[in-house]
Amino acid sequence: MFRFILSRLLQAIPVLLVVITATFFLVRAAPGGPFSAEKAVPPEVIKALEAQYKLDQPVWQQYISYLGDLVQGNFGPSFRYPGRTVDELIYGGLPITAELALYAMLVAIIIGVSAGVFAALKPNTPQDYVPMSAAMIGICMPSFLMGPLLVLVFGIWLEWLPVSGWGDLPGDKLLPAITLGTGYAAFLARLSRGGMLEVMSQDYIRTARAKGLPEWVVVLKHGLRGGLIPVVAFLGPAFAGLLSGSFVVETIFQIPGLGRFYVQAAFNRDYTMILGTTVFFATLIILFNLLSDIIAVWINPKLRHQVQGGS
Amino acid sequence: MSEPMTLDNSFQQAEKGTSLWQDAWIRLRKNKLALFGLGVIVFLCVIALLTPFIAPYGYEEQDLVLGASPPSAAHWLGTDIFGRDMLTRIMYGSRVSLMVGFIATGVALIIGVLWGTIAGYTGGRVDAVMMRLVDILYALPFMIFIILLMVIFGRNILLLFLAIGAVEWLTMARIVRGQVLSLRRQEFIEAAVSLGLSRWTIIHRHLIPNTLGPVIVYTTLTIPSVMLLEAFLSFLGLGIQPPQSSWGLLISYGVETMEEYPWLLIFPGLALSITLFALNFLGDGLRDALDVRSSKD
Amino acid sequence: MQKNNNLSATVLLFTWLAFLSLVGCSSGENNVTTGNRDGVLHWGNGTDPQELDPHIVTGIPEHHILAALLEGLVAKDPATLEAIPAVAKTWDISDDGKTYTFNLRNNATWSNGDPVTAQDFAWSWWRALQPSLGNQYAYMLFPIKNAEAYAKGEIDDFSKVGVKVVDDHTLKVELNNATPYFLQLLDHYSMFPVHRPTIEKFGKADERGSLWTRPGNFVGNGPFTLKEWKLFKRVDVVKNPNYWDADKVKLNGIRFHPVENVTTEERMFRSGQLHHTGSIPIDKVATYKKDKHQLLHTHPYLGNYFYRLNTTLPHLTDKRVRQALAMAIDSKQITEQVTKGGEVPAYTFTPPDTLGYSAKPAFEFNPDKAKQLLADAGYPNGEGFPVTELLYNTSEGHRKIAVAIQQMWNQYLGVNIVLNNQDWKVYLDSVNNGDYSIARAGWIGDYVDPNTFLDMWVKDGGNNRTGWSNPRYDELILKLAPQTADRKLRYQLMAEAEAILLEDMPIIPIYIYNSKSLVHPSLKGLQPNILNYNLYKNLSLDSNMSEVKLN
Repeated sequence: MFRFILSRLLQAIPVLLVVITATFFLVRAAPGGPFSAEKAVPPEVIKALEAQYKLDQPVWQQYISYLGDLVQGNFGPSFRYPGRTVDELIYGGLPITAELALYAMLVAIIIGVSAGVFAALKPNTPQDYVPMSAAMIGICMPSFLMGPLLVLVFGIWLEWLPVSGWGDLPGDKLLPAITLGTGYAAFLARLSRGGMLEVMSQDYIRTARAKGLPEWVVVLKHGLRGGLIPVVAFLGPAFAGLLSGSFVVETIFQIPGLGRFYVQAAFNRDYTMILGTTVFFATLIILFNLLSDIIAVWINPKLRHQVQGGS
Repeated sequence: MSEPMTLDNSFQQAEKGTSLWQDAWIRLRKNKLALFGLGVIVFLCVIALLTPFIAPYGYEEQDLVLGASPPSAAHWLGTDIFGRDMLTRIMYGSRVSLMVGFIATGVALIIGVLWGTIAGYTGGRVDAVMMRLVDILYALPFMIFIILLMVIFGRNILLLFLAIGAVEWLTMARIVRGQVLSLRRQEFIEAAVSLGLSRWTIIHRHLIPNTLGPVIVYTTLTIPSVMLLEAFLSFLGLGIQPPQSSWGLLISYGVETMEEYPWLLIFPGLALSITLFALNFLGDGLRDALDVRSSKD
Repeated sequence: MQKNNNLSATVLLFTWLAFLSLVGCSSGENNVTTGNRDGVLHWGNGTDPQELDPHIVTGIPEHHILAALLEGLVAKDPATLEAIPAVAKTWDISDDGKTYTFNLRNNATWSNGDPVTAQDFAWSWWRALQPSLGNQYAYMLFPIKNAEAYAKGEIDDFSKVGVKVVDDHTLKVELNNATPYFLQLLDHYSMFPVHRPTIEKFGKADERGSLWTRPGNFVGNGPFTLKEWKLFKRVDVVKNPNYWDADKVKLNGIRFHPVENVTTEERMFRSGQLHHTGSIPIDKVATYKKDKHQLLHTHPYLGNYFYRLNTTLPHLTDKRVRQALAMAIDSKQITEQVTKGGEVPAYTFTPPDTLGYSAKPAFEFNPDKAKQLLADAGYPNGEGFPVTELLYNTSEGHRKIAVAIQQMWNQYLGVNIVLNNQDWKVYLDSVNNGDYSIARAGWIGDYVDPNTFLDMWVKDGGNNRTGWSNPRYDELILKLAPQTADRKLRYQLMAEAEAILLEDMPIIPIYIYNSKSLVHPSLKGLQPNILNYNLYKNLSLDSNMSEVKLN
């Protein structure tokens, strides 16, 4: 296991290098520079700006010096926000996005798993169909629709919750977390229903029932343990997805998180910011994919059989 | 996303691999819900095909003075802010959305399943390289990528499929590979290897059919998200241009005016939801039909 | 069954407990209520400011903040837009209109107590013109003698530039030409003074992005000082007790909220989180007009929405084709049915009554004549007219207008138009490189004078981008008008130039912009004007109006 992890971490180095190199040249090849504006910028100003950000050097030289800075943990200055470094912006946005992703995850697990387990207890009855249909709608409902709908109902009509912000007013974290978490809740509902159905038909559950244990003990103590394995395997990539997929929610609710920086940097052609966020998200994706692979290895069928034999 | 598989059934299934599809069709026909789903999908496709002949209005026909009006006898689903008939626009939109949904998902499906199976089955260095390539594509800034593709190839519908396929196959490949990894060590595959079956035969006859369950579930979930991704790409200028429309675009326009003109959101949203449910019933039915075991997710 | 019910109840309870822990407690007072009580104005300010250095920034959100933090030589009267005293108490203009002498008030101070002197302005303008600073608005100083040559590096000696410090409180400015709008420029941020010791403390004078603009470091001379700048969250400014006119300042502070999404902004306004929005979603205008018109403030704005035509393309070189396209646009219907915000259809390029200047409307909506013109140009009923692309940058508003116009051209002229939207930066690239056929554009005047609308169309002007030019036009704009001191005569020359422009139609004016904002009834002292310009020291909050129903 240790060797597996080590070799995967070593493989991450060339992967990151390819990502950085490709991104570096992609952004420079994309039309529209960081300093173009509706009112024509005089050529002498463009020249001065390019000199300030070393864009007047040959591209390979820029590339080498960028890599050099990166090795020292320096993402460089933002082109869009003079006086801000990319490091500063990323470290400013990261805690917020991480917190949002965490809450969204919490929402997803609580709603998704309870709906899935609930449905699995009585398969092919209304108790199954209703939460599962709701889950389908949850998957289908894009956050650009979910967010405004929730805001309209809870923020404007009922006036229960703030319509925007993050940590400014009490309760303003709830709607963004729900908006971001719903899609994943629906996925988790389907996964946990499947897992529970599989497990609840196993012999050791029948044994537990035969012992005369109350149904809820059987479900919570014995059922959940085996039934949630597919859910656990999904959590790694899901968390990476939540972190990098928060752009829409952050825009709707005015949350100063990383997802917004990432997309806006691309729109603004803020080269260093695009690179910085890409490197950051690439590292995250690699780590979480590794994590989910480790879990997948860990719960391979042989291990599962051992667990079942033990009961 | 791992779909556990019990040994005896898989083995049984592998034995009668040749009759897999006939068997599946017989079982599918018994599943009323799945047939209903299939019926709805076929119905939608027929409507989409016939739209130019049966649509009540032209999709670009404006009536600026009328503007946005709620459903009425003349316009069953109301009109948008240009006074264009919503029923007509949803019908025309279905042509784009269904095509994008099915073709782009199909592209993702084929690449993803092949990629994942080959990587998972071959293992070792090939697997490592193939999966790291997936990691790289995951990490590249998608937007910049699309903008560049547009500069190089211009705006066309093929590029739209390519762009959507390029993102959607990645997750598919990861799911399939995980599935194949766990199948690989099972007895029926080892038996097939010891029987001297060629690698390709093993892959397409034994591995791929056994990964179909989770793949079908994921596919039914991918189609609606692809339809919405198409709307996002059109904001970058890729994809279709007004006055044409698609469900994804109609929904995203509808969100803007959901308080003033709710019908502009509700009807395209309904169209997408109906498709989604039909697909889902069909997907679940297909998965059960392809799998001897009792219904589960 | 019984057991299952118990379980579901447990699950539900668990879920709701988790929710409640997230909620904390129910929401309390909104920003408007607390703001009215504490005298803090909550202002929706569009995008987050890129910087707060007046010689670097380029946007309107930055302008709103800097106008609170700094003050130029003169300001404008929001009612008349005429210059009123600010740091300069009085000023004299020489008879030839080329020399301005400003008498600075003795009691103007920086927020740290230092006096504001003539040297401060001279040094600030020197800094604004440093080529290495990359100031995109350096051209605002170009009416000053030799300023342009200095900014372009053609001369190195700043003493040749027409800025002279006579004494601590007297500044003499020499111009190239009599520039009747020179006073108008002085409250643009590129001409604001900056505090030299502060800037030099945190870096070189021409360094971009040194830390002098951060809270705690920033020293300004405006009615407010910078208290907090939380990136993408808020900028807080508080009343500056050292401001010379501090007695008149009624607000205790302003919180600028960077709200990029107009839909979000409108919702924030409706839930009482903002006193003033920078904009309003296009689809909400009608609702507000109908039910809550007292909250909606609209006023014509010094800018226009128009289409550029690429005159270098074979089928657009013929001016009859361009005129036909212009006459087939029913801009009245566009402003009434599509934009709906009270915009005025434009039949001239310069907005009517720009400081007394009104150009003669040069065309009208006339589909029959348009059809005739197109036929004369060889495309009867649009036959043979190539499929033409209409380019716009991605945005709901532009899309809607384009869809309507596409249909009008098709209906009245029979020509086929394909729409093409591009993201902002790609769009800019395409238009700059002439890689378009017809492109959406907008122009906002830098100052209230027809010159800011007309000097862009001279040959090879950076903002021309249509490939069109006319020698007589260039002569009028570049030579004759600047040398004419008499306002009426000068306007006549401008009108002649504009007539040439509109006869040749390298552009199609569509409508005059409207500034649209939502204003909470408790905010008093706003004055509508063509610049959407306000003096923060005139604003006040009425706490009796906190409880107005906004829904």
